[in-house]
Amino acid sequence: MQKTLEMATPAAAAPAVHPLMKLLRMRETGLILIIVAMFVVMSFASPYFLTWVNIRAMVMAFAVEGIVVVGMTILLISGGIDLSVGSVTALAMVVAGWLFLQGVDPWVASAMAIGLATACGAFMGFFVTRVGLHHFIVSLAVMVIARGICLLFTGGRPLGLYSLPPEFKFIGQGTIGPIPLVIIIFVAVVLLFDFMLRRTVMFRKVFYTGSNEKAAAYSGIRTKRVVFLTTTLCSALCGVAGVIYMARFGSAQPTFGLGMELNVIAAAVIGGASLKGGSGTIFGAILGAVLLSVVSSSLALLDVSVYWQDIIRGTILLTAVTIDHYLGKSRK
Amino acid sequence: MTNDVILRISRVAKSFGAIKALRGVDFELRRGEIHALAGENGAGKSTLMNIIDGILQPDSGEIVFDGKPVRISSPTEAQEMGIGFVHQEIALCPDVSVAENIFMAATNTSRRFLMDYRALQRKAREILSELTDIDPATLVSQLSISNQQLVEIAKALTLDCRVLILDEPTAALTEKEAQSLFAIMHRLAERGIAIIYISHRMVEIFDHCDRVSVLRDGQSICTYNVAEVGPRDVVNAMVGRVLDTLYPDKQTEAEKSDEVVLKVTNLSDAGAFADVSFELRRGEILGFAGLIGSGRSEIVRGICRLEGEATGTVTLCGQQLKLRHYQDSIAAGMVYLSEDRKGDGVFLDMSIASNVSALAVDQVAGRLGIIDRGREETQAGTLGRRLNLKCGGLADPVSSLSGGNQQKVAIAKMLSVNPRLIFLDEPTRGVDVGAKAEIHRILRDLARSGVGILVISSELPELIGVSDRVLVIREGQISGEVTGADMTEENIMHLAAVHERQEITA
Repeated sequence: MQKTLEMATPAAAAPAVHPLMKLLRMRETGLILIIVAMFVVMSFASPYFLTWVNIRAMVMAFAVEGIVVVGMTILLISGGIDLSVGSVTALAMVVAGWLFLQGVDPWVASAMAIGLATACGAFMGFFVTRVGLHHFIVSLAVMVIARGICLLFTGGRPLGLYSLPPEFKFIGQGTIGPIPLVIIIFVAVVLLFDFMLRRTVMFRKVFYTGSNEKAAAYSGIRTKRVVFLTTTLCSALCGVAGVIYMARFGSAQPTFGLGMELNVIAAAVIGGASLKGGSGTIFGAILGAVLLSVVSSSLALLDVSVYWQDIIRGTILLTAVTIDHYLGKSRK
Repeated sequence: MTNDVILRISRVAKSFGAIKALRGVDFELRRGEIHALAGENGAGKSTLMNIIDGILQPDSGEIVFDGKPVRISSPTEAQEMGIGFVHQEIALCPDVSVAENIFMAATNTSRRFLMDYRALQRKAREILSELTDIDPATLVSQLSISNQQLVEIAKALTLDCRVLILDEPTAALTEKEAQSLFAIMHRLAERGIAIIYISHRMVEIFDHCDRVSVLRDGQSICTYNVAEVGPRDVVNAMVGRVLDTLYPDKQTEAEKSDEVVLKVTNLSDAGAFADVSFELRRGEILGFAGLIGSGRSEIVRGICRLEGEATGTVTLCGQQLKLRHYQDSIAAGMVYLSEDRKGDGVFLDMSIASNVSALAVDQVAGRLGIIDRGREETQAGTLGRRLNLKCGGLADPVSSLSGGNQQKVAIAKMLSVNPRLIFLDEPTRGVDVGAKAEIHRILRDLARSGVGILVISSELPELIGVSDRVLVIREGQISGEVTGADMTEENIMHLAAVHERQEITA
């Protein structure tokens, strides 16, 4: 069972597990199988399910949120968590919209809004890494503060942005060929960050930090800087999402994104991210988001009450985490 | 010592899946004896103790307690029979008083609605008075590790225990604290309590135990009367082969060099250490001795900027260093192997390959900082072979390895940056005898190849066996240096523990 590396070449020392078995053991494979199974069942249950319109609607439903899922997954891997994602997304939306109404060019307004969202992340990062408070509490506070600012800017009413130039609205509403630009942006962000997270030195340090912060520090990694950056990145991506939402809806809603944090965290955790840090993949997290979206869509098509949807989503989350817990145990 | 047997274990076997942890173990414990249990990690000591404590059930075999065959199906049952187990890890509630901790088990089984705190304090004081003068009202978090251990023992004693199992109780204690623990052990033994003492340290076994039983590969190998044998017999029984030398050869005269690898001058850090100056020469292994809390680890971490804001000069291979962060130290070729392997030495849930590369991931990355996994595995494979690492595959998590092999991964991580100097803090803690000897050999080979080696160890025989020269730290200052024949435990302890003022008056 154990062998000495003395005789073996490095290549021979590589795991003897069959690649197919390895694939089967991966979290992502399981999620894909469940999603495919749901597609098969639903295509029989509702003729509408497998239509292009419905699939497009499903993807649109999580595409922008998916950008936030990317940020959250990276933050979770580094050992943090962010409850303020919904509020910060709304803040970016509202600030960009408000600036536009004040006569600022929409692109400049968007850049400023993303900048503000990034600053929110840096603000939280400061309290977490310099003051030494917990992510949970800091982001809870920012969640409330950012929401308050949204309401302050708008007086609690949505801002109608009917005069947004069409080339700006194109980000949220345009299509390239048959595919909405939003989806293209989403896929690009996912592919980029998935690759970087798996392969770059920069993001490897995120895994080291989340896996064992002290060991990372003892390996010369500036762990506080890593956590500061992942916190800031997550909020920056919220800013991007907020601006895309604004372009898509042509309005800025101060109450947008309520409860978004739960969806986003659930997607990442169903996809294999651990709240203890150190593990998770972007691809898995997106599959988690897909699963939740497919479930919602299916329940809607089956005329299940909206109230049931939350109950079912919560149950799925609990099931996924429980299965994971036992798989993790049996592996050890 | 009476000869009647309180606990007899015959032909006990236990398997976990395909792994046979115990294959027919015999063990006999007499009233009032201190019986050492020795064996390498994985020999089956923990399994055997967990069976005695009722945590695990044997697959076959017989346990006879106080003349009657018994089945111990839970720790509660073991407690009721009078078996107390003080685990290696302290399991107390830190924010609760000593008294409440001591009577945790009793409170647990009590059917009363309200706590009777006054009775609790009184009873706790009674039990503690036999051991130490800790106030039962103190919170556990305010006690030193050694006092917490005494609370653990007191907890076991409340249950009117007749058999007390101590699993490596001195691992976290200073020499002095360990001595007072031994005194307590002897007192308990005189009262007729039988003690099973698990330890890796031969000195403790031979100074304080009556008999020693050795386990190897899940089998009982032998039981000796300590008075009749020597440490070498026990070690040979543990490893199953004759270890000709426990420690590698020392530096030869010809290998001595004047070339200074590290020169530290007037290094100070307020509160931790002051005015530390020393040199480390090419080819030598320099030992750092000192009691826990003496500042020996702090000095080393201060040198490589892992903690603190030390002032003074550090010169590495003739170059004065200006370090702002540990990263700069790594870049200069000076690395630190942590004393707490699981806590901050390795990433347990990450692969062996990514553990080895952690100090400088850039080394296995190509342009744009993209990691080349092939290079990462080759690096881990090459260093693994050099250190004789035993593993299933380099993609396996480090948690799948034994303690000794985990430590080799941590050492491989140090070597990955081709360091000029390595600080090793307790490099063999929690590592079995075989791997220990291997690590010592590795250190000597590294020193021969020109890498500066500085070893910190609480185990004096190890420090003496491995080092060419030992510096002793006391209260944040270098209190002396011993070399050659002067490197004895007595000399080092004297420098480490005796206060100068006492020396003068003595």
